[in-house]
Amino acid sequence: MIRTAQDDQRIVITGIGLTSPNGDNLPEYRAALLEGRSGVDNYHIRYVGDTLAGECHFDELKHQKRKELRRGTRAGSVGVYCANEAINDSGIEWSGIDRSRVGVYVGVTEHGNVETENEINEIKAFDYDTKVWSHHHNPRTVANNPAGEITLNMGITGPHYTLGAACAAGNAGLIQGAQMLRLNECDLAIAGGVSESIRTFGIFAGFASQGALAEHSEPARASRPFDLDRNGIVVSEGGCLYTLERYSDATRRGAKIYGELVGYAMNSDASDFVLPNPVRQATCVNLALERAGLNASDIDLVSTHATATPSGDIQECAALRSVFGDSGKTLINNTKSFIGHAMGAAGALELAGNLPSFDDGVCHPTINVDNLDPECELPGLVINESRENCKIKTVLNNSFGMLGINSVVIIQKV
Amino acid sequence: MTAAEIRDEILNILEVIAPDEDLSNIDDSVNFRDQMELDSMDFLDIVMELRKRHRIQIPEDDYMELASMNSTVKFLEPLMKDIAKA
Repeated sequence: MIRTAQDDQRIVITGIGLTSPNGDNLPEYRAALLEGRSGVDNYHIRYVGDTLAGECHFDELKHQKRKELRRGTRAGSVGVYCANEAINDSGIEWSGIDRSRVGVYVGVTEHGNVETENEINEIKAFDYDTKVWSHHHNPRTVANNPAGEITLNMGITGPHYTLGAACAAGNAGLIQGAQMLRLNECDLAIAGGVSESIRTFGIFAGFASQGALAEHSEPARASRPFDLDRNGIVVSEGGCLYTLERYSDATRRGAKIYGELVGYAMNSDASDFVLPNPVRQATCVNLALERAGLNASDIDLVSTHATATPSGDIQECAALRSVFGDSGKTLINNTKSFIGHAMGAAGALELAGNLPSFDDGVCHPTINVDNLDPECELPGLVINESRENCKIKTVLNNSFGMLGINSVVIIQKV
Repeated sequence: MTAAEIRDEILNILEVIAPDEDLSNIDDSVNFRDQMELDSMDFLDIVMELRKRHRIQIPEDDYMELASMNSTVKFLEPLMKDIAKA
């Protein structure tokens, strides 16, 4: 069991730093979700050409010098922005913090593709002479890069690493942070996920070859989970990092608490490279519920992973149907319909967009559902318009990825 | 390239690799490292930019010649004398 009466084993969220295609902080992002504002736009990338994507527009120079930007990676920059914003939001007096007790745990879907493609493109102009291959390539492509750039920028000397967890990575980062706090490996965790994936043509080309890249004449309507006319994924970039603290530490300093991580689980499908497995997804959800000491009926809102691929959406709905039944008490929504699939950041970002519902009592909808796929019909699904005056105290957040990796977190209002 | 043109080229490279620095008052006789934030990776960037822009290969043993503007220009003059300014 995760849940315990001991306050130093209870883990709470005290700060949120994020950048999304439709907002660069939580209030902006939440407002966009409630107003039905998408962040998906036309996009061009080498070799693939014109396509669609969710691109972030945060101020890169807010927390980094030009030289840091030049030397580092986009994922690193997203991470640095989110980490600094999370610390600022937490109200922690950063100058007084023992930075050897701060841990950085960043989920990524992939890392290194962008930088490698850039270098290959660069040496192409020199007839593939590897003597002009950049000495920055290795520090940019090591798998810990995005987390490491955060420690360099903020002078953090505690542990840092990334968690490669495909599109389950955002939740995985959050879970890792909580675990490290419980193990007393750190006193403050900066945890979540980031993605720079729209900078690599390979992601787009790969989804296109798989028949899973969204196309639509209106970019804002391209990401359509649960809709019969969906035709694939909109790739996005983004980041969302949380400050996690022990409940005892947070209350001692009078911190604002967004919610408590009362349950989590990760498991593996062991069935297919790409296709999800609803039985294993349901097992993961049930395990998180069991660890939280909750029943399915205690969950007020499920934030789905659905990416707008036919098989993925249907499988997740089957998993949810098996856990939550047909009562309709539990509301269900989807954030990718607004921002596309932010890959390594998706789980963390999608959770963040729903946390304000604890206070404002609003469940943002899944947009772009013109013709609901009957196989995705769930009684609690909130479609196209927000549901107001809801009592939301517990949110369950799904995040799944390729190679059959599943992650679920449950956050409860404190 | 003349010595003055080589100096301009080095300044241009420094603007790229050290974009936060004010290069308007650079002292040509003082080591770069003593008047701006440059580390070993930045010096490799200078070497790489010269390689990319002008196909100049600088042996590792000669990297120390790039310490200041004066020493850099002096070292590069014979290597770049036949290169036309772009």
